[in-house]
Amino acid sequence: MSAIQLLNVSRHWGDVRAVDDVSFEVEQGTMLVLLGPSGCGKSTTLRLIAGLESVTSGRIMIGERDVTHLPPAQRQLAMVFQSYALFPHLTVRENILFGLTVRKVPEAEREKRLTRAVDILGLSALLQRKPGELSGGQQQRVALGRALVAEAAVCLMDEPLSNLDAKLRHEMRREIRALQQTLGMTMVYVTHDQTEAMSMADRIILMQGGRIVQNATPSELYSRPATTFAGNFIGTPPMNLVRLDDARGSVCVAGSRSGKVGVVDSANYVLGIRPEHVRIVPDGWRAVVESVEYLGSSSVLGCRVGGEELSVVVDGVSDIAVGAEIYLHCPDEHIHIFDAQTGERRGTCR
Amino acid sequence: MPPAFRNPATMRTIHAWLLLLPALAFIAAFTHYPAVNTFIHSFFLDGRGGAPAQFVGLEHYQYLLEDEVFRKALVNNLLFASGTIPLSIGLAMTMAFLVNAGLAGQSVLRLCYFVPTVLPMIAVANIWLFFYTPEYGLLEQIRGALGLAGVNWLGSESTALPCVIAVAVWKDAGFFMIFYLAALQQIPPSLGEAAMLEGASRLYYYRRVVIPLLMPTTLFVLVNATINAFRMVDHLFVLTQGGPNNASSLLLYYIYEVSFKYWDTGYGAALTMVLLGFLALASIGQFGFLDRKVHYR
Repeated sequence: MSAIQLLNVSRHWGDVRAVDDVSFEVEQGTMLVLLGPSGCGKSTTLRLIAGLESVTSGRIMIGERDVTHLPPAQRQLAMVFQSYALFPHLTVRENILFGLTVRKVPEAEREKRLTRAVDILGLSALLQRKPGELSGGQQQRVALGRALVAEAAVCLMDEPLSNLDAKLRHEMRREIRALQQTLGMTMVYVTHDQTEAMSMADRIILMQGGRIVQNATPSELYSRPATTFAGNFIGTPPMNLVRLDDARGSVCVAGSRSGKVGVVDSANYVLGIRPEHVRIVPDGWRAVVESVEYLGSSSVLGCRVGGEELSVVVDGVSDIAVGAEIYLHCPDEHIHIFDAQTGERRGTCR
Repeated sequence: MPPAFRNPATMRTIHAWLLLLPALAFIAAFTHYPAVNTFIHSFFLDGRGGAPAQFVGLEHYQYLLEDEVFRKALVNNLLFASGTIPLSIGLAMTMAFLVNAGLAGQSVLRLCYFVPTVLPMIAVANIWLFFYTPEYGLLEQIRGALGLAGVNWLGSESTALPCVIAVAVWKDAGFFMIFYLAALQQIPPSLGEAAMLEGASRLYYYRRVVIPLLMPTTLFVLVNATINAFRMVDHLFVLTQGGPNNASSLLLYYIYEVSFKYWDTGYGAALTMVLLGFLALASIGQFGFLDRKVHYR
């Protein structure tokens, strides 16, 4: 059974289509990540599910109920905000219990839920503090605590980790995922960070311009991107998009005579090649190294092949100098083919 | 150069004092010196016809206790304060909620609410004088149209003070509203959304979240409202001159009358000290007591 279902949901502000005809389902007990650059409509989609915005058209189901026109309080969901939205004048304890107090949950039940949430999140020493006296990570935990005690059917998260430093973000990422899995929560999580999405999600919905670009598992999204945008958005460094030329009967990398391409028969395509799949070989596409970026476990070479730029990932320290001439090759099975006009996937060569 | 001037710490201190000096000179000359002088002056009786002032000790203060007009003005002033302070703060908060609610035409509304503050006091008092005028004033025209008996609003002892209170509330509320509006806009909208998701009604959200978060502003406004209530004098010149039978006389107005109408400046000085004492008590009470209950971000 799906816990959440969106059917042709749109939200327009005048001519601006923040969310445009979006449909998807979230399975019970799974984590769905809405991913995309800023302004792609992912946060608006989340706010539509929460009921903080009203739909222009379409329907939203939570469980068996049509909640399209229900106020947020009646949708049985909890939400963690990007800014945490903790009440600064209330203690941690009062913040966590805010919703239960409002809903007049009996004292004993309140205490039980509080103790449980506080044990899970390790907040017991902080109950009497105010949010201003907590670190970012602790505030984050309090916000999570408030979502946990609600014991709602669905938990929504709006970029909950974006205000934390890199190390803490990494920790919280694992913690939230572990929590979601052990408690069997249904979670919708918004982020613009592909690493967060890839590492946490059961499914990812990639959005652009208010529309869904691809709805897939993380590995599918990586191995079979639906468009050039999807290919380019996932992966560090991003996928190389190589334009082609039709020169003297054979298809080449744009601006390069040596860059013969065998996988397609015309220049109406764009090739997607992940930097980690490009090899340096004795003979192949001639390339000039324009930059070398050392990252520790690997290095990224910025190369020019004819008129196109290609990133190449090599292991460890590279002894290739800037200006050097090298030859590149990518096995056919790792070449993604996209339509040059629409950017849509045409296949991989196998 | 003496060695002390070569020490950067000394030079920094000297610079600091030099920069403070102009402001310090002004505040000493126009605030501290007159205050101390008033205190000393309150122990003297003015010499008439060029004779030197005569030391009378606590005589003025003793007379205070017997002075019925003073007692009347003091009671009036306490009534005035307990009327204007809660009314203007309550009204200011309500108006701020209204103009922050995102209604259509809210900038016009904000302007309307703020206009009374911008108008000169005397002009305001004159407008209200017309409202209160017997026979053909605005209030009387309305009452007349409804067939009610005429009331001399500013001319009867029972209505004069409430009328003055109404003008003061009307004038102050718009000013205080600006502070509340600024404070309201500091509250992140996500707090309201979080409260809404948790099932809190608007009333609950305002009572448990917004109003507590406005407490620092309330404290500031409260101090200002108290000071305003005790230094209110301008409207009285136009509206009632403290009458009838001192029914609307306030402390500062009485001080003015004693000092500059009857030229009893020694007694006026003693009255001023009492007024200062009240203001000091009020601010100590507010900052000392309420400050602990206020959440500052």
